[in-house]
Amino acid sequence: MSDSPSLRTPSQRIAWTATIIVSTLVFVFLIAPILAIMPLSFSSGSYLTYPLPGLSLRWYDDFISSPRWMNSLKNSMIIGVASTALSMVLGTTAALGLAQWKSRFKPLVLAFVLSPVVVPGVITAVGLYFFFAPIGLTGSYLGLILAHTALATPFVVITVGATLQSFDTNLARAAASLGASPLQAFRRVILPLILPGLASGALFAFATSFDEVVIVLFMAGPEQRTLPREMFSGIRENISPTITAAAVILTTVSVILLATLEGLRRRNERLKGTGA
Amino acid sequence: MTDALLTGADASTEVPLKRRLRRTERTRQLKALALVAPLLVFLLFTFAGPIAGMLWRAVDDREVRQVLPNTLAALAGWDGKDLPDETAYAALASDILAARASGTIAIAAKRLNYALNGFRTILTSTARNLKSEPERGTAKETLGRINPAWRDRATWTTIRDAGGPVTSFYLLAALDLTRNVDGAIVAAPPDQAIYRSLFARTFIISLSVTALCLILGFPVAYLLATLPPARSNLLMIFVLLPFWTSLLVRTCAWIVLLQSKGVVNDSLLWLGIVDEPLRLIYNRFGVCVAMTHVLLPFMILPLYSSMKAISPAYMRAAASLGAPPLTAFLRIYLPQTLPGIGAGSLLVFILALGYYITPALVGGAADQMISYFIALYTTETANWGLASALGAVLLLATVLLALVYGKLVQGQQVTGGMKN
Repeated sequence: MSDSPSLRTPSQRIAWTATIIVSTLVFVFLIAPILAIMPLSFSSGSYLTYPLPGLSLRWYDDFISSPRWMNSLKNSMIIGVASTALSMVLGTTAALGLAQWKSRFKPLVLAFVLSPVVVPGVITAVGLYFFFAPIGLTGSYLGLILAHTALATPFVVITVGATLQSFDTNLARAAASLGASPLQAFRRVILPLILPGLASGALFAFATSFDEVVIVLFMAGPEQRTLPREMFSGIRENISPTITAAAVILTTVSVILLATLEGLRRRNERLKGTGA
Repeated sequence: MTDALLTGADASTEVPLKRRLRRTERTRQLKALALVAPLLVFLLFTFAGPIAGMLWRAVDDREVRQVLPNTLAALAGWDGKDLPDETAYAALASDILAARASGTIAIAAKRLNYALNGFRTILTSTARNLKSEPERGTAKETLGRINPAWRDRATWTTIRDAGGPVTSFYLLAALDLTRNVDGAIVAAPPDQAIYRSLFARTFIISLSVTALCLILGFPVAYLLATLPPARSNLLMIFVLLPFWTSLLVRTCAWIVLLQSKGVVNDSLLWLGIVDEPLRLIYNRFGVCVAMTHVLLPFMILPLYSSMKAISPAYMRAAASLGAPPLTAFLRIYLPQTLPGIGAGSLLVFILALGYYITPALVGGAADQMISYFIALYTTETANWGLASALGAVLLLATVLLALVYGKLVQGQQVTGGMKN
């Protein structure tokens, strides 16, 4: 490698080569399982083994024509979009408030707001199961949306909060001094600047809900099963290649989310670069 | 004259201005708080409330007192040294008859059976065979004849100890402890003492996964932090893509890879390394591999950011002062990565402790962790008290570790700022 750190002695060169070899193996370990599962979804046979007997789209056809899988995809979308919207409203207002709030209780409040990320999923799920069952929120979309919003909002607070921290408040003051009302200043000056941060927050929130399965496992009725939930039972019962088709669909969604996020990050860095 | 005017104006407005400023600041703070309030209320309802409710269930004990209220009232004055007197027997008989009529026997039977194995039979057989209210003064004899267990002191102490309204029973059970007939805390009988080994297993799996993540993650983080940004950004995709891929997809992928006819076994057979497929999944090995795969990005990312903050000047300085590369690495580089190692390890360990999905899908019966039992007791056996008590222990461990993590990350930010 040409751009390695200054390698003066043979032992340093060996250490650097070893780092590269080990890292390559780890990269293979990280990425290979995800890549290995994909071609299986295009197999014409019904066994999950290589070499593939032939190529076909029969498992995708199976996925699309199965009401169970399609319903789960629809549910994932409904719950994901609704909890993203709700967590954006709650998280953005809270981040705006936290940015201005000065109090010695602030670290405590922040820790509380972020705690849904740290608490094990099973504990939240069991608590919600006990709490929501008597008020009729188990086996309902509303219950799942509320639960996923609680899990997703911390990510919105973190991303939007970080954006607000780098936001130059003088711009808002300038808008006010030029006669803009607070609402106008927010809409015309603040919002366009923090929009990439909001978008990242929304992506995180959606990914959180889209990938969540423990709470769904406890709270969803047969009508509200999401895609990961359907995969969970699929893996438990017997792995048919339809699951690998579902996996490819899920991974495609992840890649789109990741690519969008990376694009936003680059755009943000470029904007910062021109500003400086 | 202008001077005098100004000072005059100053003097007259000084106090109101200060007050006005303070008032404006206070309104600003109130407005800020009003913006945070909706989320706090929301989390109270969807997160803190439910968890508080779960913690309450770990000590809540009202089932028996609902079903056998008169018995417990009669036992209030009992010293527990001998069998209770006739009034307690008579009260029990009337409670059982009332419970049979309202169909609530099973509620008390289930709870009492947790404390004393076989209590369900004692209670249901008594309910079945007790024809009517025994004649005055014969309750003790009648009940003893129906089931000799009523002549046993332990039967009665069990009822008394389950009288609620709060109990330490479930929390003690979660720690393999119980109360003996005299109320002292003793070790639980061996067939029920499974939770300490469960905690130990959860701890060992989490620790192994953390160690694996550190061993695999350190070189990768070092590579990413050392390479020029153009290259490391590209390689970062290898870390971020798995990070963003659904947990279910990754778990499913490992099952496909590691099963007896899977890709790994096929390759090993083809290469002639093994003669028959290895058992790689539905055991401890599979759990550790799949969990390491899922949690590795959580180790690499904090390590990477702590290494990124280390100025290469330190290593150059060490080299120029004559330190051999290994010494420079061990004495200069490694100590500076310690906060990153600490943060990454704690994060992985905390996340591993509460893992449910991956062990449930790729583990065998002997590899299930604490979360599995919490889920099992909640949905399958409906032993909500024990599920909540185990949850309380897991929550306590998580919160304590998270506090340490918080301190560590905070300290890191401070030193990170000083280094730059």
